[in-house]
Amino acid sequence: MIFTARHAIGKCVRGEALVANDGFSARYDLDRIKGVFSRPTHKLAGQSYVGRILVLDTAKGGVASSWMLHEMATRGVVPLALVLNSVNPILAQGAAFGDLTLLAGFDADITARVPNGATVEIDPAARTLRVL
Amino acid sequence: MKLNDLEKAMRAGELGTAAKAAIEHQIKVGEFFNAADFVPVTQAHIMADTESLGEAGVKWLESLARDQGKVRVPTITDPRGTDFAKVNVLKHAGWIVDLERRAVEAFKKLGVLMTDTCINYQTIQAPARGESVAFGDTGVVIYANSVCGARSNYEGGPSAVAAGLTGRVPRYGFHLDEHRKPTVRFAVSFRPQSLNQWGALGGLVGRLAGNYWAVPHIDGIDEAPGSDALKHFGAAMASFGSIAMYHMAGVTPEAAPCELAVSHRIGAAEVKALEAQYAVEREIDVVVFSAPQLSLYELRALAALCEGRRFVRPLLAVTSPQIKPDADRMGLTGTIEQAGGHVLAGMCFYQSYAREIAEANGWKRLATNSAKLVNILGGYGYVPLLASMERCVEAAEKGRL
Repeated sequence: MIFTARHAIGKCVRGEALVANDGFSARYDLDRIKGVFSRPTHKLAGQSYVGRILVLDTAKGGVASSWMLHEMATRGVVPLALVLNSVNPILAQGAAFGDLTLLAGFDADITARVPNGATVEIDPAARTLRVL
Repeated sequence: MKLNDLEKAMRAGELGTAAKAAIEHQIKVGEFFNAADFVPVTQAHIMADTESLGEAGVKWLESLARDQGKVRVPTITDPRGTDFAKVNVLKHAGWIVDLERRAVEAFKKLGVLMTDTCINYQTIQAPARGESVAFGDTGVVIYANSVCGARSNYEGGPSAVAAGLTGRVPRYGFHLDEHRKPTVRFAVSFRPQSLNQWGALGGLVGRLAGNYWAVPHIDGIDEAPGSDALKHFGAAMASFGSIAMYHMAGVTPEAAPCELAVSHRIGAAEVKALEAQYAVEREIDVVVFSAPQLSLYELRALAALCEGRRFVRPLLAVTSPQIKPDADRMGLTGTIEQAGGHVLAGMCFYQSYAREIAEANGWKRLATNSAKLVNILGGYGYVPLLASMERCVEAAEKGRL
């Protein structure tokens, strides 16, 4: 299966998808020291995000993620990539600043199409996500 | 993106390496959003607490300062990660204070004005209708777009720094007319009576509206709510939904008769249901008024409630550095602190190492009248409780809501 996005940035990556129909904000949702989702009501609460390709619905919350993605990257406690149905400027700015791969804007609900735990490959130049 | 001669010179490094790095970052973002070109801005506002920046972000600021970067337009700051005068109250560790001081020094070298406020539209300079700005706090952006009729996207810290250095932003999103029109219509049959209710209503709209590109049109608010009410309303909407603009007749300069069908109806029951989600405990450890910083009028109301009381739990009231001297001079600070409270300035609670504060002070159950704050703090390990200013003050006196 191959899905094409409207927006993309970053480098090609391949890894395990962590999927949920929920939002994403680095400040609101993460314990960035432990590398896990910490917001109790988040569908991924308690799960590690480190080195995984997060497939989520939309960007939520405030502006801090643009700094935090960069800070997390310098410590190696960072997702491998973000894939979202819709994105706000903050995650795009954070991806540009933190050199993170980001794919956003699909015709279908991407969280319903990518199986949790699947190995996926992202090619930002082609704006594609491929389920392997 | 189409670049003019000045922008080409920046990209070529003719205006220094800091400006070159800034515009290259902005071009990456602009190309992501298919921006055609840049739009000049009159001012920039940077969110830059060091919990968000970390050591890496501070080093980046220091590198820009070493490269002799200078902002080209008035550039101001959102709250800092501490109140340097109240470090002992917060029990902030020395490394936190040191990192904050380094960030402040770097900003000063870049020519940034250290306003340390998230209510700059109340304290520094509200933008005018049609003015393009680069604001870096969600509550500030939604107020600027929806109440002032100015134009801003969410500009996260690195991008707001870049906007200050270049004096421009990529032209996409809320700088374009087509993104400023309503996309979803709400019918509201509940008139909030307090700031926490305005926040709860805004939070509901944000939660239902969907995402950044949604522009809610809100029917049913017949009387002008006032600046503090709109502050809490918008800040919560932005927090719960990442919303950057709404239309409200009589408030939003661009509001026009809406042709969309009503998608969502919100009444008292829906607002109470949201409040109930943040009423899960009775005992409290701390009371916080913050997010956004308090106006002089909010401090006036709070001081009146504190008169003659004696608190058994800490009460923190957080305001801007512009308002704090007035509150001191007018006796509001003294009244709140005589009751055992603390008035802090230049920080915001959730931007001030909330997790470290909790651990150092043994705080978990936090009462506040800020819907924005309760939405944020769950991820930091708190049990956040939403109540009116009156009930929060009573809770500080009795130890329970």
